[in-house]
Amino acid sequence: MNFDPRFSGRKFSSVGTRPIRPDGVDKVTGRARYGADFNMAGQLVGRVLRSPHAHAKILKIDTSKAEKLAGVKAVITAADLPDLTDGDSAMYDVLDNCMARTKALYDGHAVAAVAAVDARTARQALKLIEVDYELLPHVTDVDEAMKHTAPLINDTLFTEGLEEKPVKPSNVTKRSQFGHGDVHQGFGHADFIVERSFKTEQTHQGYIEPHACVASVSSDGTADLWVCTQGHFVYRQHCAQLLGLEASKLRVTSSEIGGGFGGKTHVWAEPVALALSRKAGRPVKLVMTRDEVFRASGPTSATSIDVKIGARKDGTITAAEATLRYSSGPYAGTWAEIGAMTAFACYKLDNVKTVGFEVLVNRPKTAAYRAPSAPMAAFAVESAVDELAKEIGMDPVDFRIKNAAQEGTRSSYGPVYGPIGIGPTLEAAKTHPHMKAPLGKNQGRGMACGFWFNFGGQTCVDLNIGMDGSVSLAVGTVDVGGSRASLSLVAAEELGIDYAQLKAVVADTSSLGYNDMTDGSRGTFSSSMATISAARNAIKILRDRAAQTWDIPVDDVVWENGHAIAKGEKYGNLAALSLKEIAAASGKTGGPIAGHSELVADGAGVSFATHICDIEVDPETGAARVVRYTVIQDAGKAVHPTYVEGQYQGGAAQGIGWALNEEYIYGKDGRLQNAGFLDYRIPVCSDLPMIDTQILEIPNPNHPYGVRGVGETSIVPPLAAIANAVSNAAGVRMTHIPMSPPRILAAIEAERGG
Amino acid sequence: MRYIRPLSIEDAVGLLAGASGTSAILAGGSDLLVRMKGGFVEPDLIVDIKAIEGLSEIRETADGFSIGATVPCAVLGESSVLKKAWPGVVEAAKLIGSKQVQGRCTITGNLCNASPAADSVPALVAAGAKAVVAGPSGRRTIPVGAVPIGPGKTSLTKGEIIEAILLDSQAPRSGDAYLRFIPRTEMDIAVVSAGVNLTLDEHGVITAARVALGAAAPTVLLVEEAAEALIGRKLDEAALERLAKVCAGACRPIDDKRGTIEFRRKVAGVLARRATTTAYARAGGK
Repeated sequence: MNFDPRFSGRKFSSVGTRPIRPDGVDKVTGRARYGADFNMAGQLVGRVLRSPHAHAKILKIDTSKAEKLAGVKAVITAADLPDLTDGDSAMYDVLDNCMARTKALYDGHAVAAVAAVDARTARQALKLIEVDYELLPHVTDVDEAMKHTAPLINDTLFTEGLEEKPVKPSNVTKRSQFGHGDVHQGFGHADFIVERSFKTEQTHQGYIEPHACVASVSSDGTADLWVCTQGHFVYRQHCAQLLGLEASKLRVTSSEIGGGFGGKTHVWAEPVALALSRKAGRPVKLVMTRDEVFRASGPTSATSIDVKIGARKDGTITAAEATLRYSSGPYAGTWAEIGAMTAFACYKLDNVKTVGFEVLVNRPKTAAYRAPSAPMAAFAVESAVDELAKEIGMDPVDFRIKNAAQEGTRSSYGPVYGPIGIGPTLEAAKTHPHMKAPLGKNQGRGMACGFWFNFGGQTCVDLNIGMDGSVSLAVGTVDVGGSRASLSLVAAEELGIDYAQLKAVVADTSSLGYNDMTDGSRGTFSSSMATISAARNAIKILRDRAAQTWDIPVDDVVWENGHAIAKGEKYGNLAALSLKEIAAASGKTGGPIAGHSELVADGAGVSFATHICDIEVDPETGAARVVRYTVIQDAGKAVHPTYVEGQYQGGAAQGIGWALNEEYIYGKDGRLQNAGFLDYRIPVCSDLPMIDTQILEIPNPNHPYGVRGVGETSIVPPLAAIANAVSNAAGVRMTHIPMSPPRILAAIEAERGG
Repeated sequence: MRYIRPLSIEDAVGLLAGASGTSAILAGGSDLLVRMKGGFVEPDLIVDIKAIEGLSEIRETADGFSIGATVPCAVLGESSVLKKAWPGVVEAAKLIGSKQVQGRCTITGNLCNASPAADSVPALVAAGAKAVVAGPSGRRTIPVGAVPIGPGKTSLTKGEIIEAILLDSQAPRSGDAYLRFIPRTEMDIAVVSAGVNLTLDEHGVITAARVALGAAAPTVLLVEEAAEALIGRKLDEAALERLAKVCAGACRPIDDKRGTIEFRRKVAGVLARRATTTAYARAGGK
């Protein structure tokens, strides 16, 4: 059956309501099983030995003493994970990151691992492994790493994207460029130009649940993996490729997930756990400590960004330019490229140019973090936009409204926009009571906009109707933000039944077709599309069965409000058949009733948000307190508004932490100084005000209900909104994130002194 | 690893004195257990002192208060007499960790952990608190400030246990206060802190003052010059400015992940001034 994904503008009865979440009771009672909650008989404890050095050649690893320790069942090094990547350089990087092959590339890089009967034995065994290192000079700062005098991290990498192929290797692995028009000419028409440089420090997603898995490899070449992940199908592919297993013989089951935010999209511990299990012949459980999560999972990039924007007296931007340098850890990435694409995406610009540089540093391999790369670019651009509005003498909201992109605008990264929400979120901000609320002493207000692409991707859903008329929904996108509730609402809507009749589960990789992982804000967008399609396929079968029962043509049977109805005068005496009645008879009418859907969800609508915040700065200590915060964002259609609001608030909360306190702090020795929640300061509850939200619904034309992804955009504006508010409160422009108290106080003192 | 829960202080002292390997005293465990879980320490002997009679009590004595070594910080906050007499000490104790941690942690443990950033220690030093130490050769009483001698190091010798912290009755027209700076609102470690205790005459003139700074040097600092800046004066702006300057100058802080030398110096002065203003009001000034 052909599926038409276009927006239809229907009226909703289930979608848009706020029922309780199906996973709620288990989560608040502790019954829910997270990654570390799986256990198997005979299971061993896995532990990883990590490099204490930022950059070192591995000369020799002697595991013999560890192997002899009673209770140790397996010790592995890179030799136990042979290179099967067959020229796939991205997968080779994943392999090398799982277990260092010739060089340790950052403090925390795995070099060996053990499986033992208990944690104490495993810890002792790690101490018995002898590694001979030859220390190499290291570099952890993104600007330092770009200098030609910087230590080379990988001498086989040459800068891609240059007009001439370079003759020398470099820590800059790629240059990318976006834009259109002529910025030089544009700046020539400007009455005002703002030019500034900005820095942001590296942050971590800060998910509360550390990485955890249980791996069990059988001698017959089959294996099971229970794991906390955002994408068990992707983990299956990657683990199978790295271990030399057939994908269909590796069954991966995803656990409940205590936060991911992009950080659980990559394998680190899982191939190691599988290799340990293969060698030991027993199941192995591997759980990262918090210290390991900080040192050896995938934080976001540190950045250094230059921005130049020019405008005429009337407030029209004539040209905009940015150079963005993003750290990618010790392996090549595309993070600056994404930053360069998003930087000016909110604006309608005739002349725009962005250039991105990907930079290697001796830090953990950068991974996605909620709208990866966009918050830093938005910080730099929206700070400069604010300053420019001030120089022109325009209200910052009016200035942005004047230059906002619209339907038909050619975006700064290429495509032409369809219907979009940047203008409406700005108009909503302008009339929001927050904008008119009085400010107290030492308080400042800031606002900023943000953009995210959103993603669709490969999606597969099964919808099975039980003989009692209850419906189970098996989806393949891990539920990171309440998608089981949303997808149940969507299925209830299509089938015309009550939400309580449905139960949604996340199926394992052997029970459902391939699904891309839950990233790019795709969970509800893509799986709701597949759910609608699956439900419609099931309805077709339900109509068939009713037609068979009545012995009339199926074309005369319609589906309305959960019932098959015989259409037309001639069937006037036939009572409608409910889903429950059709299901009860299914054994006699042709067997089980199910709907399936396999699709690529195209047309994920881009998403925009505007945030407003008030900050109070203590001018004597530099302490900043968030007094009030408002998020306005386009959801397309909010399927379950409570979870949409939760996503808005969650992004803002993470952005507040990033803006004010969170940062990776490296010592001169290249070692991470604050690998724990004590000194890596995510906000605690009392650090945050109640975050107010306003949902706008500008339908996505490419989804039957108009849904857009909502998970990521909410973290894009906060760095800039807070920086603008702090700058207004402190009376000095802040250009370095996080704006920790020492940085704010130093800026205030410098301003006083100058 | 041996875990023993003696019923008397003499038994506890005997166990520690006779221990051959590494040993640790367990009261609230909010430092020890975290360090053990982190793999930083693995003591051969753990002596749990929570079952020792009398150690979990706050007693009012003829001279003031005796706070047993296993009294959780949350319990200090529930003692209205202690809160009335020493609000600064109690507010310091109630800043440690989280609500849950405060249900376990003790001011004696905070003192013996010997962190330069310990919250209760500057407040105790400002209050002139003393520690009762039981050991193989009997009991001795020493000023609280004499216990920590460096980060993680105390002056206690093998077999010694702090049994109680003593606070005098607060003199008439006196008040104390404690403030710390943290980048968050709670659940954090002091970047720098200040404890102040003042006594006034009938005219509001300061007759006695003790100003202590935390996280400003390897151990808690009692800043005599700061007291001199206040004694004999009412709390005027000039006195406060002088106090802030003296405190900033007295600091011997380090640059680390929690703050810079410059930041700690400035904020030490700011906090000393603010804590002094609060202590002065509590003493009935103005």
